Order: sequence, then structure tokens, then C-alpha cells
Amino acid sequence: MSADVLIVRTGAANLASVVAAFERLGRSVDITDNAFAVRTAKRVVLPGVGAFAPVAERLRENGMGEAVVHRVEEDLPTLAVCLGLHLLAAGSEEAEGGRGLGVLDVEAFRFPDTVVVPQLGWNTVTADADCRLLMDGAAYFANSYRITHRPAGWQVAWSDHAGPFVAAVERGNVLGCQFHPELSGEWGQRLIERWLDNGGESSC
Amino acid sequence: MLMRRVIPCLDVHAGRVVKGVQFQSLRDAGDPVELAGLYADQGADELVLLDVSATPEGREHAVLTVRAVRKRLPIPLTVGGGVRELGDAGALLEAGADKVAVNTAAVSRPALLGEMAREFGRQCTVLALDAAREGDAWRVVVRSGRDKLELDVVDWARTAVDAGAGEILLTSWDRDGTGAGYDLELLQAVCGGVGVPVIASGGADTAEHMAQALLAGADAVLAASILHDGHTTVSAIKRRLSKLGMEVRL
Repeated sequence: MSADVLIVRTGAANLASVVAAFERLGRSVDITDNAFAVRTAKRVVLPGVGAFAPVAERLRENGMGEAVVHRVEEDLPTLAVCLGLHLLAAGSEEAEGGRGLGVLDVEAFRFPDTVVVPQLGWNTVTADADCRLLMDGAAYFANSYRITHRPAGWQVAWSDHAGPFVAAVERGNVLGCQFHPELSGEWGQRLIERWLDNGGESSC
Repeated sequence: MLMRRVIPCLDVHAGRVVKGVQFQSLRDAGDPVELAGLYADQGADELVLLDVSATPEGREHAVLTVRAVRKRLPIPLTVGGGVRELGDAGALLEAGADKVAVNTAAVSRPALLGEMAREFGRQCTVLALDAAREGDAWRVVVRSGRDKLELDVVDWARTAVDAGAGEILLTSWDRDGTGAGYDLELLQAVCGGVGVPVIASGGADTAEHMAQALLAGADAVLAASILHDGHTTVSAIKRRLSKLGMEVRL
């Protein structure tokens, strides 16, 4: 039997936190680096620890990147976290010209040195009125790079560190979070549940 | 606005939480999974788990403890103690740590911080820095307080950040376990010298002490004994900090 949630192995180290978050909600989890599995799974998580360039490269090489793009285009339940969100973008300053998967027509840039970098801690999240999954609250962030502009065609939640930045984006069954929902306590858990329920409805 | 963090610290030895004064005379303070869950429910912003056993068997035990705590904990977990090389850090991250703190090994070989930052990201790489006051300055203390080095604390903090550290857990060796309040001058000196977040540790007995540390430039405050003793709770501390004008998550 296939797992409720399939996590993409991006080569980054810590998958335990995101696995634990789904298991606390009683969902089974599998980890894969198989592109076909990513393309066809019920729900997929693109996790968020590591450096942009090697992870983007790896996703392109083994076809998993293309599978993720397919999921987003077909509105299949997909959750991208932190670096995962940047990978959906066109590129990141972190990779000095390195390309992302390009489903978001924006790029990630480093926070200026006028604030503490990396941003480590809880920051307020304010969701646009048209968001279905995202809600106002506080979430845990761990990032040096962020997206500052709204990607065309996506609903956005905002946060602020040296000015407004994109805390999360959503469109249909696809959710991309700059913060770590798996580390954002009860609020994060409720967001994950909403994403799971939404995906459940549409896959019926 | 990025909020200030209150971070309970569990010193763990052979699968149990222990506490001591100035790293000595350990007493049992409970089960790590139970305490981690309790503090998370009280509104802790993160948790730090330090393996104080400093033996190979102890480190294996620590990995099991991290695994068990991770299952329960829906907030970030930093683990430190006995990390010697990249592989140790990887094992702790794999077991469920979100950040790994290094102390003595980073002093011996600062390149370890760079290796961790490249492999796991700067945001996973924490420098644990123990400081002992000497006149108008502070010197770096390693090996759980057994060795005081010539190395200046502020110089080392800058070097470590350049090498790859994304956060500093700064402990005042003079204040640890005393309840006399944080060493505020130490905090000002280090926070003014680096651009990464600094967690204040050592000496907190009240929320007022914590507010002082945050005003001195700390991004977060660590607390151990005052919580384990049951004299106060994370939620009570954060409500008090909020009344004192600090931005905290309530």
C-alpha cells in the first residue's frame, strides 16, 4: 500500500522533523528519489533543508524536478517547504544565477545586513483574504534568502524582516511555505492538516 | 516582526535530564521526552538538548534521546555536546535535530563550522561558546569548563561566524547556575560584534533577567533550572516578557 505522504529525498540531511509532523497526525510517510513515484503519488512534500545549487542540480538530473513541475501544473497536492519554495522559483541569489524549477515567476534574494541573518525564529504571518489554506498566525522561519514579490497567479501570505517578504504561497492543492510548518507548533500542524484535507477532497 | 525566543534547555545524561551548578554535581531532573512535550505545550519557541555525558556510549544514547524527543516535539530542536566531526552532526540531524551546536571541536578546528554550513546550511550550524570573564574582557572556555584558553570571546565569535556559524549559544561560565542574571556586558560585546542571532545563557532566575538580556541585544534566552524546578513556566515567563514590552509569541 502506498503511503499517505511521499517526501522527496533532496539529498539534504534532516527529514526527521517533517516525517514526525505527519506521523503525529496519524499519516504514513515514505521517502523517495524516484521521479515516477513523485509524479504519481497522492501527496508530495518537497522538503526544505540544504543549499540551493546542489539540490536544484540533483532534482534536474534525476527527473524529480520535472515531476514536481508536472504536479504543480496539474494541481496535484504538493507542499514545498523553505528551500523547497525557492526551488519552485525561477532562481535564487544563493546559487548565483543557478536556475530553479520556474513555476513561480520570482526569485529569492538574501536579507540585507541591516537585520540579523539568518532569520531564526517565529515571525508573524498575515494571509491575503483570498487564501484558502493559509491563515494569520506565527510561524517558525530559518532562512537567509527570501522572495519579496508576489508570484503571478498565486495567493500569498506575508511576513516582515527588513520589509515585507513572502511567507507562503498557495494555489489550489499546492502550498509553498518559506517557514517550517512542521516546526511551527499547533498552528503549523493545523496548516498541514488543512493541506492534507484539501488534497483528500480533490483526489476523490 | 521577528519575535524574541524563550528556549528551555535540557542537559541530558544517559537518557535522563540532569542539572548542575557550573557544569558540576549533576542531579536528576526528569524524562527528556516528557519535559520536551511539557515545555512545547507551555509555548516554548525552541528546545535545546545538550548531551553532557561526553563519552562514546553517551553519544549513542543521545541519538536515541533525540529520536524520541523529535517524535513528540513540534518546534525546533538544537542538539549539542560531544560533536567532534561532520559525521556526528549528520547523525544528530538524521535523528531529528534541526540545528547542531559545536563547542570544543570548533575551537580545535574552525573549518568544521564551514563544513557543516556547506553540508547542512548555515541555519543548522550553531556555535556553543562558553565565556569566562577576565578583567574587561572574556576568554573562551572549553571541555565543559575544564580549560580556559587565551582566545578572546568576541574575536572567536567573529571568526566562527566567518567560518560558517549561523547562530551563537553564548553561556557565561561565571553566571551559569547562579541565578544572578545574565552577563549583560558579555552579551552586548558579542551581539555588537556579529550579525547572526545570539542566544543568552547562564544566570537567569527571573523574566526580568531575560528582558535585560533581550534589551542587551540577545535574540533569544535560554533557561534551565528555573523551569525544571517548577518555580515558573514558559507561559508565565512569556506573559511577563510581553508585559515588559518584549515581542514574544503568546
